[in-house]
Amino acid sequence: MAIKDRLSGNEAVANAMRQINPDVMPAYPITPSTEIPQYFTTFVSNGQVDTEFIPVESEHSAMSACIGSEAAGARTITATSSCGLALMWEVLNVAASDRLPICLALVNRALSGPININCDHSDAMGARNTGWIQIFAENNQEAYDNMIQAYRIAEHKDVMLPIMICQDGFITSHAVENIELLEDDVVKDFVGEYEPEHYLLKDGEAMAYGPYAVTNYVMEARRAQMQGLRNAKQVTLDVAKEFAEISGRQYGLFEEYRLEDADYAMVIIGSAAGTAKDTVDLLREKGIKAGILKMRLFRPFPAEEIAEVLSNVKYLAIMDRTEDFNTNCGPLGAEVKAALYNKNLHPTAINYCYGLGGRDVTVESLTSVFEDLMEVETTGELGDTYRYLSVRE
Amino acid sequence: MAYNLKETLNKKERLSPGHRMCAGCGATIAIRNVLRGLHEEDEAVITCATSCLEVSSFMYPYTAWKDSFIHDAFENAGATCSGVEAAYRALSKKGKVKKNHKFIAFGGDGGTYDIGFQSLSGAMERNHDMVYVCYDNEAYMNTGIQRSSATPMYADTTTTPVGTDSDGKGQNRKDLAQVIAAHNIPYVAQTTLVKNFKDIHVKSEKAIYTPGAAFLNVLAPCPRGWRYDMSDILNICQLAVDTCFWPLFEVIDGEWIVNYVPKKKLPIEDFLRPQGRFKHLFTPGKEHLIADIQAEVDRRWDDLLKRAK
Repeated sequence: MAIKDRLSGNEAVANAMRQINPDVMPAYPITPSTEIPQYFTTFVSNGQVDTEFIPVESEHSAMSACIGSEAAGARTITATSSCGLALMWEVLNVAASDRLPICLALVNRALSGPININCDHSDAMGARNTGWIQIFAENNQEAYDNMIQAYRIAEHKDVMLPIMICQDGFITSHAVENIELLEDDVVKDFVGEYEPEHYLLKDGEAMAYGPYAVTNYVMEARRAQMQGLRNAKQVTLDVAKEFAEISGRQYGLFEEYRLEDADYAMVIIGSAAGTAKDTVDLLREKGIKAGILKMRLFRPFPAEEIAEVLSNVKYLAIMDRTEDFNTNCGPLGAEVKAALYNKNLHPTAINYCYGLGGRDVTVESLTSVFEDLMEVETTGELGDTYRYLSVRE
Repeated sequence: MAYNLKETLNKKERLSPGHRMCAGCGATIAIRNVLRGLHEEDEAVITCATSCLEVSSFMYPYTAWKDSFIHDAFENAGATCSGVEAAYRALSKKGKVKKNHKFIAFGGDGGTYDIGFQSLSGAMERNHDMVYVCYDNEAYMNTGIQRSSATPMYADTTTTPVGTDSDGKGQNRKDLAQVIAAHNIPYVAQTTLVKNFKDIHVKSEKAIYTPGAAFLNVLAPCPRGWRYDMSDILNICQLAVDTCFWPLFEVIDGEWIVNYVPKKKLPIEDFLRPQGRFKHLFTPGKEHLIADIQAEVDRRWDDLLKRAK
């Protein structure tokens, strides 16, 4: 029997972690993810989990301890935000290269500077090419559900890569919403025991991690790692299918919302997708064929599938909640356009930078994006293909 | 059991020959001696900071280590080892690991005194059941002899080159063993390669088998960086302790113990003279620089004797 509750995103993720009952959790406080280790250590203090909690002295040490622990054969979890993830950056690469299926709950927050504690995706996007699987959520239910599915994807023998389960800071992490939780034993059965093939503490077998590799070996190591990431796409779908059987909730690589016959489409990530859906509903009432593609799996990037579902779209808005500082586009803008180009698809595409540092995203602001697309259609003038939304200039 | 050099040397080697460390390297001698502190029936997981030791002992697809081994990055051996140790507690509790495992982290002075300092401090403060061993060769030898905070005053290094306006490193070396002792962990010791290796052996065994965090600082001369005849290593180490440049001591549960007081404390020149990195100090007009070093050695030695009462 599913359990109906009202929880914030952080509470939901902490409860998923309790149900997973990982072996080790090294963590360091940073707003807005701090509550996750706070809730979790309460579970530790009250004997609700068997986890060894390591109160490390920095996020760099949090990820370093995760690497040691996971390599030693223990299922390992952590949580962070913003600058904490940036501080981990060096060792995020090591974790992926060592093929360690660590799970990290990321509560998205702007990177400094200026220092700001509110939501944008600059933290996750700054780590998008470190070899981690990245899955994003629109709301607390998705954050919870993604966390339950995380280890099944990461620990799959064809994958063996670390995974980042992302939710939006404050908007999702602190807002209390209705949620449906699974029962503890259902989660336990679904996630299963962690049984790695080789690990540091395996009785009677020595194992070595982290060699120096000369030129002869580095490309092969990277190629093998890329294959693991590539395999994560199908595994994500397979795990989602099994998850639907225990939860009744369907997940894919992304969500299509009123996209089938859309002339105007928006590609968006995270909590703003909820606002985007409302925007589309209002536009549809006016007879405007608008739709949404909400990203779920960002790494690996499901390029072929995205190109496929966008193949009939004429006007496209691609929404990046980060500034990539290349002056041409955001990361999602670049990836979606590359995916379309590879299929010889050339819809008119405008890339927007929006919502930085928690800047409000409203039905009005997202409506203006669709109006921009319609203006391009009416005037035939493309204008700037990389724009800022809701900015004072 | 009384220390027996022959028996100790006959223990099964846990670092195989065939690694790529330099001939005469002090670090290799130090590491092998530390590993002999392990009881033969126990398993170990070795964590290693990026260093000469790491890149020379585990070059894919070969490893010289008989025990499980993990290298993560340069500055995080303390944190990485603490993760391994926590995993051991978690998996032992669940019955997934049955054998007795010990946890040893190795880092050079760059990876320990400098870039790995925070990670080390955190691991020590959390009192993980591990030993952190610094093989201190007093500079960044892996990258080519750059100064570290362990480099002694007036040493000639590639980032403190002696020149018309420079007498080498302008600052005193950090006293890391004292800093780690201030963490109030169960066991801290300073040692080097002297006589029959009894000092390093006894301290390694104690450090490994003392429950909780332990720190071992081992002076491990580097013939390339220090520029002495490589066959002289044991003399160099003996001079380091006989001049009181490198005192041998332990801090057990906060109690300071000096393990060796030279019958005749030798002048610091005796330690400096055989080393090319101090050659510029032995030119006319530089006597005051040697006097500076002597004064600092004396001050620290007196301070140590006072602590140990």
